[in-house]
Amino acid sequence: MERIDARGVSCPQPVLMTKKAVEKGPDKIEVLVDNNTAKNNVSRFLTNQGYKLEYKNEDEDILIIARK
Amino acid sequence: MKEKRGIILTGAIIGIIAVLLVKFGNPKNMGFCIACFIRDIAGGIGLHSAPIVQYIRPEVIGLVLGSFIISITSKEFKTKGGSSPFTRFILGMVVMIGALVFLGCPLRMILRIAGGDLNAVVGLAGFVVGIFIGIQFLNKGFSLRRNYSLSNFEGYLFPITNLLLFILLVAGFSMLHFSTEGPGSMHAPIWMALIAGLIVGALAQRTRMCTVGGIRDMIMFRDSYLIFGFLSILVVTLIGNIALGYFNLGFAEQPVAHTDGLWNFLGMVIVGWGSVLLGGCPLRQLILAGEGNTDSAITVMGYLVGAAIAHNFGLASSTAGASANGKVAVFICLAVVLAISVANCEAFSKVKSPGKANN
Repeated sequence: MERIDARGVSCPQPVLMTKKAVEKGPDKIEVLVDNNTAKNNVSRFLTNQGYKLEYKNEDEDILIIARK
Repeated sequence: MKEKRGIILTGAIIGIIAVLLVKFGNPKNMGFCIACFIRDIAGGIGLHSAPIVQYIRPEVIGLVLGSFIISITSKEFKTKGGSSPFTRFILGMVVMIGALVFLGCPLRMILRIAGGDLNAVVGLAGFVVGIFIGIQFLNKGFSLRRNYSLSNFEGYLFPITNLLLFILLVAGFSMLHFSTEGPGSMHAPIWMALIAGLIVGALAQRTRMCTVGGIRDMIMFRDSYLIFGFLSILVVTLIGNIALGYFNLGFAEQPVAHTDGLWNFLGMVIVGWGSVLLGGCPLRQLILAGEGNTDSAITVMGYLVGAAIAHNFGLASSTAGASANGKVAVFICLAVVLAISVANCEAFSKVKSPGKANN
């Protein structure tokens, strides 16, 4: 499993960090983001890569859980 | 296609409003231009004294307040800052100088192309090259590091400042400077310009419209979401310009433009490259500043100071072409962007990439 902390970084770094993790080919990826823009961008990327997504709120942040 | 409906509609509305603002008084191909408008504001508050480009552009104020209001309503307003603020300020200055050598921000570049100005196609080529260079550094781990949550009042200050500026404008504050001729003297009525800005600010906040992001995401991720906004602005403005008889295809005699191809190209290389490092185009920075991102507010301050310097030091182009000082400034700006790119790259320094740091 890959876990990424993409809180606070500018566009497009959350997606870029996710892309680097996806290239390792894991079955499960968790991406922690702190705004809706990053959430939507990362979700769009992971969906296009064939992952199924779930979301969990962690205080102010959103955890995206992606499984193959 | 369904998820793209919002951004396509937003692009179309921007295109229609841009053409209408020209009809009601803005300079041609300048319904919106974030760089030109911030430059006019710099002149309006006396930061530079170029007599033809001084006005308080309500469109800019509207964009910020539109984004502020909609982000408060949608609970997306969050105050954040502290991601290399001074580097962002410098990048803001550099992007502005590049834009004023070309004579327009990326949004105006689209509007110029839609008006038939082929010089802007040369600018677009430079813009794409600049974005491509910036992406190489992103792929090598470029980052200005993460931001942090700050007190809400810090985030309110930028919209409040814009509101106060608008009050000074409508109150007729006598220390403001207004052009009596040239582009600064040409403007749509104040309230119409404000409302235009409010509408576009709100829509751009909801859809994350970004002119740099469209090309960047296509190259990096084959993600076409944002580029549909870019194309929608282009197509609708083109139709509007043809309908109202503003369309004029060619290089020569274009409104508020020059024909120095090399400098149009290099100016937009700086804008594309610098904007990729900043994470968004000048329009996007205004929107982010409105929704509480004070790093973007600092970037906008960089634009403002960059615009003042560009006119005080004779760096900005005129319709006659790029100036000698402007040509030197282009190379200095390219060197500054390169230095910032290298210094903040994981591959070239000991910068640890964000994300790995706090696992």
